[in-house]
Order: sequence, then structure tokens, then C-alpha cells
Amino acid sequence: MSYTIGGETGPWELVIGLEVHAQIISKSKLFSGAATEFGAEPNSQVSFIDAGFPGMLPVINRECVAQAVRTGLGLDARINLISRFDRKNYFYADLPQGYQISQYDQPIVGAGTVEIELESGETRSIGITRLHLEQDAGKSMHDQHASKSFVDLNRSGVALMEIVSEPDMRNPEEAGAYLRKLRTILRYLGTCDGNMDEGSMRADVNVSVRKPGEAFRTRCEVKNVNSIRFVMQAVETEARRQIEVWESGGVVEQETRLFDPARGVTRSMRSKEDAHDYRYFPEPDLLPLVLDETWVAALKNDLPELPDAKRARLVRDFGISAYESAIFVMERATADFFETVAKGRDAKLVANWMLGDFFAALNRTGRNIEDSPVSAKNLGALLDLISDATINGKIAKEVFEIMVETGDTPGAIIEARGLRQVTDTGAIDTAIDRVLAANADKVAEYKSGKEKLFGFFVGQVMKAMAGKGNPALVNEALKTKLG
Amino acid sequence: MSLDPAMVRRIAKLARIRLADDEVPRLQGELNAILGYVEQLAAVDVDGVAPLTGGAQMTMRMREDRVTDGGIPDHVLANAPDRIGDFFAVPKVVE
Repeated sequence: MSYTIGGETGPWELVIGLEVHAQIISKSKLFSGAATEFGAEPNSQVSFIDAGFPGMLPVINRECVAQAVRTGLGLDARINLISRFDRKNYFYADLPQGYQISQYDQPIVGAGTVEIELESGETRSIGITRLHLEQDAGKSMHDQHASKSFVDLNRSGVALMEIVSEPDMRNPEEAGAYLRKLRTILRYLGTCDGNMDEGSMRADVNVSVRKPGEAFRTRCEVKNVNSIRFVMQAVETEARRQIEVWESGGVVEQETRLFDPARGVTRSMRSKEDAHDYRYFPEPDLLPLVLDETWVAALKNDLPELPDAKRARLVRDFGISAYESAIFVMERATADFFETVAKGRDAKLVANWMLGDFFAALNRTGRNIEDSPVSAKNLGALLDLISDATINGKIAKEVFEIMVETGDTPGAIIEARGLRQVTDTGAIDTAIDRVLAANADKVAEYKSGKEKLFGFFVGQVMKAMAGKGNPALVNEALKTKLG
Repeated sequence: MSLDPAMVRRIAKLARIRLADDEVPRLQGELNAILGYVEQLAAVDVDGVAPLTGGAQMTMRMREDRVTDGGIPDHVLANAPDRIGDFFAVPKVVE
């Protein structure tokens, strides 16, 4: 059953396409030697090129080109060996050149695809129309002063990839899944850090609605949505607005809008009325970008294993479920962590621990996998101590919590706190005898058929042994004694 | 191709050039003359000729990814009509 929004005149389908601006990871800018680091002092990473001074000439950064090619390859897209730069002209305070060097009709990367996974377990293929290279603009701040906007040009000239999808998505979930997947791919490739908070990944959302079976209707573009959750909200909000316009006899105008997450509405950006007249023309300061086929082949050869391939391999090599694997491959560091721990161990046990206590601990402590308080080595050591019966599963959870707090090795914790599992049958028998003697009434009940009480006895014995009894041995000895 | 007065005004607006009404006819004439001049090129048969993007028989050179510039906020801000701290200060842009 496909997703629709019900209006007064019946169900409406959504048509969604995304334009994602992804900041390229590089040391210096696309056309200048100024640094790209985030958060530097204002205007400290600006060359005369980035500030639009007259007479300055752009020279392209090879690494930025390589990053765009890697991304194209990671999106299974055609790499255009000849591409070209154009000027996109518009006026804004943070665009000192008065134009953005971009690519118009000959982008560096052509059509590709992204596979997305949905909650239902289904996968869908979303088409990529193109990817092109362009300069980022500077940054304006409107909330620092009563009558002035502040402009910082540190971001001006940083390399961006604009990744344009086909209008292939049909609901908010698909839009979210597409963004997440794209982000994962970019992070695997190391071409963009995907950090939406810092604005290194931003999305423009194109939305239209139609009656099932119709051709496309007019779309609106919702600009600069800066989180995956907001993209999903913006899609729905804008679709509902358009449905209302159509159903009240109006006509949706093609326009640029802004999403206001606080008020849950989109509103028209009047300043962009003329914005679609960019008067593109070929950038006269740059020759065509011609790529060497062998260079592209070498980049392809050096690509890391990508999420789809890794997901399939983890299932194949470790016997974990597709669902578990999909969670691990969302971040490369998580998949690496899993592989390190699972190598030579019971992978199912590793997966259970990671998806359970381990992720819970990361969430609780607000840490991520890179600065996890429990290293892969230590988690592995803990699981080894369970496997060789040094500790039981219950004590292991206790030890794990201490590891989270202290970062100590499980061996050291177990020795220091005397948590080693008791496998001495003499000690187990003594504990059992004491428990049975103290609960003679319950023993009688058990013997008269109330077998449910067995669990009670196990609990009491474990309690008497401070949780350190070997559960299998305790069970066995209890069964014998209770005859 | 011929520009009408409305198009002349639109081009001027996009270029942020203020035009007085009496300037429009003169500019319309000049722009149309330039377009007419360039339009002569349309008479040339270029079937099968690859577009030429420059006089030099070369492709674009690339530079290595090294930080070689920046760290000169005072030079960058030297021509700013107004600055506050190391920011350019511009009339408030209301969105």
C-alpha cells in the first residue's frame, strides 16, 4: 500500500526530490589555498580570491576533484571525463564575487543510484541525476546586532558537491532513508563528514503532490533544511499546504520556501523571486576540466568497501542477521568495532552485547564509538571471560558497567573485586544446603508438585553466593538435591 | 533576438544597476546593437565542429591540496565600508 495523504477530494501522492549540498573534506578551498577548517576566527581563512578581489584567478584543487570523482563512483554514477565550470550570478552579502563558480550543463558526475532500506525491510532504488562541483558562499549572521548583519567569508570558496536526486521518493520515510544512506556513503568515502549541525551537509527539498496516476504537478523548493528529521517534517508540512491550495481551488506556484521547524510551517522566500534567473555563462577564468581515465581508475581501485557490500559481507562472514548488519554498517567505525570484537569469537554473542548493553552505555554516557569508554579489545576480553566460564552472564553485566565507568580491563576488575565465578561444587553444595534448610516449607511445597518454585531456589542460592555461582552447576546440583 | 524595455529593466535589476526611465530607450538600442553584432555568428555553419573553449591547446592545471593562503583578515577587510570586530558589517538582511 503506497503512502498517501487524504484530502477532502481523496488521496494525494507525494513526489519528492532532494538536492544535497555536501561540503568536501579537503585541507584547502576549491580554487584558493586558504584553509577550510570549521570554527576558525572570522575572516581568518580567506584569500583575495575568496573575497572576490579584482584580478584574482582561481586554480582548482586536485583533491577536491578527486573527492567528487570518488563520490560519483560510490554512487555508482557515470564520471564525465570532460566537464566545465560556469558562473551562477546572484547578489547576496556573503557572495563577494557576485557569482558562484558552479557547473551547469556539463557536470563532473552524471546519473547514478542509491539503494535505500525501509523499515518494512524493503529496499528501493533512488536515482541520482547528477553531481557537480561548486563554491560555497560565506556565512551571514543576522542575530548579532540590531541593525547589521555580520559576514564571515571563511566558508566562501570551500568546495561543495551538489548531489541532485531524481523525483523518486514518495513519502517522508523514503526522504529520510535517502539522506541517511547518502550521508553514510559520503562518510565511508571520506568525502564529506555529513555533519548537518555544522552545515557541512544541507538539503533543499523539492515537493509536489498529485492524484494517483497523474503526471507531476508544480513543485516547490524548501531551502536549507538542516536535519534529517526536519527534512521529513518539511516534506509533510509542505505537501499538506499544497493539498490545501489545490483543494481550495487555487494553483500552487513554483517558488522557493523556508521551513520553520518551531512553528511547523513553510513560508515563501520573497527575496528569491528573481533567484531562478542566474544568467549562467561559461566561467572564462577556467579551462575545461579534463580527467585522465587511468587516474579515475586508480581512484576507483582505492575506494573503501561501501556500506551495501559491507552489510552483505558481515552477514556472510559472521552469520549475523541482515538487520543487525544494517545497524553496524551505518557508521564505518561501528562496523570496524564489531569486526574487531567478533573476529575469532561467537559473533552472535558479540552482536547481542553491542546492540544491547554496549549501545545503551554509549547513549547513556553521550559518547560515540570513536571515544567509547569500553574499547573493542576490552569488550572482547569480557566475552572471552564469559566463554571460558571465569564469570557468568549476570556478573558480566556488572563488570561491563564498571568498565564503562572506569575504562579498566575486565580481568583487573574481576580480580580486584573477587567476581570470579564459583565452580567449586563443594561451595555450591554448601550454599544449597543452607538455602534448603532455611526454606523447609518451600521445599515441602516443591516436593508436593509446585515445581515453579525451582526458580526461587536458584535465585536464593545465587543470592547466597553473591551472584558468582556458575548457573549451570547450581541448576544441576539443585536438581539432584531436590530429587 | 531583440530586447524590449521590460527586459532591459529586468537585466538592470538583476545586475543591481539603477536605471532612470529616460535611460531605457538608449540602453535598449545599444544592447540590441550588440546582440545584432554577435548574432552574425549564427550565420556560420558549425555542424560537426567541437566547441572551442579557449585559444590555448591545453586543459586545466590543478594544484595540490595545501594551505598556502589566508590569515590576513585585516587585508581582507581593508576595503570594507563597515566592520565590527573581524566581521564585515552590512545593512541587516531580513529574511
